[in-house]
Amino acid sequence: MSKITRRHFLTMATGAAIVGCTPIIAPFAQKKVVIIGGGAGGAIAAKYIHKADPTIEVTLIEQNKHYFTCFMSNEVFGGSRTIDSIKFNYDGLRQQGINVLYDRAIGIDPIAKKVELALGKKVDYDRLIVSPGIDFKWNTIEGYNESLIEKMPHAWKAGSQTIILRKQLENMKNGGTVIIAVPPKPFRCPPAPYERASQIAYYLKHHKPKSKIVILDANNKFSKQALFTKGWEKLYGFGTDKSLIEWVPLDDEGKVVGVDAKNMTVFAGEFENKHKAEVINLIPPQTGGQIVMNNGLTNEDGWCPINPRTFESTLQKDIHIIGDACISNMPKSAYSANSQAKVCAKAVVAALQGKEMREEPSYVTVCYSLLGKDYGISVAGVYRLQDGKIQAVKASKGVSPLNASAEYRKREFDYAHSWYNNLTFDMFN
Amino acid sequence: MRYKNWLTIAGLIFYTTTWANDQNIPMVVGPCITCHGIAGSSVGPAMPTIAGREKEGFIEIMEAYRDNERFSTVMGRLAKGYTDADFKIMADYFCQQAIVHYPQNVDSAKVEKGRKLHNKYCETCHEEGGCEDSESYNLFTGQRMSYLQYNLADFLNGNRDMPKRMEKYLLKMMKEQGEESIDDLVHFYGSQKSVK
Repeated sequence: MSKITRRHFLTMATGAAIVGCTPIIAPFAQKKVVIIGGGAGGAIAAKYIHKADPTIEVTLIEQNKHYFTCFMSNEVFGGSRTIDSIKFNYDGLRQQGINVLYDRAIGIDPIAKKVELALGKKVDYDRLIVSPGIDFKWNTIEGYNESLIEKMPHAWKAGSQTIILRKQLENMKNGGTVIIAVPPKPFRCPPAPYERASQIAYYLKHHKPKSKIVILDANNKFSKQALFTKGWEKLYGFGTDKSLIEWVPLDDEGKVVGVDAKNMTVFAGEFENKHKAEVINLIPPQTGGQIVMNNGLTNEDGWCPINPRTFESTLQKDIHIIGDACISNMPKSAYSANSQAKVCAKAVVAALQGKEMREEPSYVTVCYSLLGKDYGISVAGVYRLQDGKIQAVKASKGVSPLNASAEYRKREFDYAHSWYNNLTFDMFN
Repeated sequence: MRYKNWLTIAGLIFYTTTWANDQNIPMVVGPCITCHGIAGSSVGPAMPTIAGREKEGFIEIMEAYRDNERFSTVMGRLAKGYTDADFKIMADYFCQQAIVHYPQNVDSAKVEKGRKLHNKYCETCHEEGGCEDSESYNLFTGQRMSYLQYNLADFLNGNRDMPKRMEKYLLKMMKEQGEESIDDLVHFYGSQKSVK
């Protein structure tokens, strides 16, 4: 053995001491954050808490090993994107030191501060963040229930549903009809049904030009409506008798109230008008995810009231809810979830360190819709806490100009893809 | 034994203090990263990298967006949501971030043409590694190529004002070398690493 100098010995002793004693000290010192749901909100919360204070033990509970982004999934219908290009995994987060448990959270005990998992395990937390996304109200449309989602896919959670709807479009004959049934607000991603119509129209225009899309809408107005209308006129003959897209609002009997799955028919409006189609994309009415519905975290409408500064539930202590499921004036978008997760992460870290969160919250949403090749539009806004609510800073909120040049639309198309790449890179790396 | 405990505590204090503030991203900066990339370096294709920007320049650009003095798609809207103090916080953060150059599709033949064009028409003002004004070179070296293209187009179509001298040289270059010379410049600048 070589000689050990005094300096050497000290270095070794320090190392041994840290390594040796950490497990003894840790149980008293280490705070635990558990996050349910590894989507646009949950993955970001996990990463930003871990980065802000690596002494906090962060556990992410996610039921799927792969995550398919709902955002940009409409491009799969247009045909310019493969399903694999919207598929991600959690290796990057694991490598950073975040525990990822592939399991389904089925219960929350807010007194004992434990999350119960489907496989029987229980996980302790000091703070819990729930980012559950949405779930569906299955029994609000006559003749329709969960067993029909392969026949009439919603594709409002990306993955197998996206693949099914895409296949149905591919198998449809030239001259077929596609119905997109839009639920009453609020629902995940307000412009998405109309972007979907655009992307499907793009596909039909190039492959099945005799076909048609009918949007049966339970609403009278929609996000970026003037911009969509203008784009559809330019790209898909909207408003003419050769239009690829027809929009039926609530007041024109647009709301779907029943289905006859066997005959691929839906009934819409007060008079239950019959609409038959080859492909029916039925997007059901929505609530927050099951875990918040079943654990006393929602109001009577199925959404979660929160303290807008910290995202802590106003119904249960030490539980925070972010993303689509929480109530705020921000649209239920991936960008909103990302932005909320970053604010929530700061609030949780501050609370666990026994400090006040000194910075004023600041939130942003930027949401692009792609109407066809080189044709993008956007809505963007900065949100702040005003009068105790998350509200848009008026001057900052706005949509693309109605009379923008083709060059402008192309730039927004390119920026949308950059938005997607940077947003997903932020989530998983 | 007592000595060992003391070392443990010292070690833990060191451990927590060095790491706790490692990634303290200011509140107003969080949402910038969503579009512009982790620590302000964009994976592209078009959204510009904003890391490594010199502070004053950063603030001036944000003010120009806010005051509708610089053409944009989304930034002119978002900039109106922030205060001068917010701009300063953003500038402070991004100027400290090292630029990461994510891959771009550069055409090596165009890069070579662009290098010659740069030397002939641009270098006198945008000098590489020029200590006095390295910012004027760093502004666009290694920047996302689509973004460079948009900006050159904006200078030429009048969406952005450009200095008289720049206009003179740019028009001269296009007259002598053809319109595609713009694309060659974009490939050259896109292929370069920032000096900083």
